[in-house]
Amino acid sequence: MSEEKKSEPLFSKKNKALITNPLNSINPVTIQVLGICSALAVTVQMDNAIIMSLAVTAVLIIGNVLVSLMRNIIPGKIRIIVQLVIVAALVIIVDQVLKAYVYDVSKKLSVFVGLIITNCIIMGRLEAFALGNKSWASALDGLGNGIGYGLVLVVVAFFKEVFGSGTLTIPGLGKLTIIPESVYDMGYMDNGLMLLPPSSLFIVAVYIWVQKTRNPELIED
Amino acid sequence: MAIDRDSNVYTIVFATVMVVIVGGLLAFIASSLKPIQKANTTNEKMQNILQAIGLEEMRTLQRDEAGAIFNDFVKRRVTINYKGEILSDKSAADAIDPQDKLDAFNIDLRKEYSRAVKPILSANKGDDEAIKTALSQSEAIHFPIFICEKDGQKYYVLSASGKGLWDDVWGYIGFKADGETVNGAVFDHKGETPGLGSIITEAWFEDQFVGKTIAENGAFTPIKVLKPGKNLNNHQVDGISGATFTGVGVDEMLTRNLEVYYNFFKNNSEF
Repeated sequence: MSEEKKSEPLFSKKNKALITNPLNSINPVTIQVLGICSALAVTVQMDNAIIMSLAVTAVLIIGNVLVSLMRNIIPGKIRIIVQLVIVAALVIIVDQVLKAYVYDVSKKLSVFVGLIITNCIIMGRLEAFALGNKSWASALDGLGNGIGYGLVLVVVAFFKEVFGSGTLTIPGLGKLTIIPESVYDMGYMDNGLMLLPPSSLFIVAVYIWVQKTRNPELIED
Repeated sequence: MAIDRDSNVYTIVFATVMVVIVGGLLAFIASSLKPIQKANTTNEKMQNILQAIGLEEMRTLQRDEAGAIFNDFVKRRVTINYKGEILSDKSAADAIDPQDKLDAFNIDLRKEYSRAVKPILSANKGDDEAIKTALSQSEAIHFPIFICEKDGQKYYVLSASGKGLWDDVWGYIGFKADGETVNGAVFDHKGETPGLGSIITEAWFEDQFVGKTIAENGAFTPIKVLKPGKNLNNHQVDGISGATFTGVGVDEMLTRNLEVYYNFFKNNSEF
C-alpha cells in the first residue's frame, strides 16, 4: 500500500492529460497535421474509418509500449531503424490478422493497412514520446493519439458517407439509410465529390476552423 | 554492468538479434494464420460462383456457408483453352486438389490476365485479328466452366477478367442451359474508385445482365456496357455515370472471354 502511494497513481492528472490533450489541443491530425493521407483515403464509409482507427490505435499503443520498454537498450545510432522495424512488424501482424478474421474489411482497406507504417503519427509518437517515457505513460499517449486520430476520421467519414452515399455503415449494424427515398424522389442527388479524396480536405479544414474558433488559444499569429 | 550503447559491436549485435526475433515472429504468425486466410479466399470464390448462377435463394448466401453447399450445385468443373479443347474435366465427386492447377476451380483469373493476356493485348493494340491469333496460341490462358444443376435445370457459370480504371476487374456470369441467356452475374474488383467504379459489385448493376443474351441469329454478339440513359436492346446494359473506364473494362473482358465460351458451346453440343 505504502509503495503504491509513493508512485504516481495510474490515472493522475498528468496521465489523464496524455489521453485528453490529443483529442483537442494537440490533435495529431488537425493541429500537428500528421496522418492526413489516410484521413483522406479511408473515410468514404464509416466502418472503414472505424476499423482503420482501431488498427492505428492498436499499432500506436503496442509500438509505444515496446519502444518505451526498450528505450534503455536501443542503440542511439540505429534508433529510427529499430522503431521502423517494430512498427513494420506490428503492421504486418495487423494486416495478417485482419485477413484471417475480418476478411471483408481487409479487402476494403487493402493497401491502407500496409500504409499504416507511413502514418507519421506513429513514428512521431515513438520518437517524441516513447523513447523518453515510461511504458504506462507511453501506452496512454498511444491511446490518446489513436483516439484523437480516430475522432477526426469518424467526423470526416460521417459527412462523406451521409452526403456522398446517403448511408452510414456501422460495424455490427450494417448499412443504415440516413437520407430517405422520398428525398431522392423530390430530386435530391448524392454529391459525387464527397466520395473522392479532395472532399476530405474541405471537411478537415472546416473541422480545424470550428475547433480553433472554439479554442482561441490554438490560433497562431 | 557497463555496456557502451554507442559502440559498433553493441549496435551490430542488437540489430542482428532484433532481426532474428522479428523475422521468426512474423514467419510464425504468417504460417499459423495461413489456413484461415486460404479458407476465406476459397469460400469467397465459391460464394461468387454460386451467386452467379442467379438463383433467388443465393442472394443472402454468406461466405462461410458457401463451402458446404458448393458441391450440391456445381456438378462438373471443366477447363478449356482458347481453341475450345478440354484440358480438365472433373465431377463434383472429385475433390478440389489445390495442387491441380488445371482444375477449373484453381484457375487464377487475375494472374492469368496480368501474366498472359495483358502483354498480348498491349503488344497488338487495335489489331483484333492479331490479338485473337496470339490468344489462341497462348498455352497459359484457361477458361473455367462450372456446370451447375438445380431442380433438373442446367446452368453454366463462366468467368472473365480484365482491367478497370485502376486495377483488375473480374466476374462470374451464369448462363441458362441454352448457353446464351444470362441468368446471373457477379463482378468484383481490386481497386476501383469507391462509390463510382466499385458500383459494379452492387446488385442493380449486376442484375441488369439477367436476361441479356450473347447470340443473335446464330452468331456471337457481345454484351455492351453503354453510357447510362440510352434505350437498351437485348445485348446492352447501362454503365455507371462517373465510371466510364470501369465500364469499358467490364465490356472488354466480357467480349473477349464470352466469345471463347460461345464458340465452345456451339461446337460441343453435348454440354
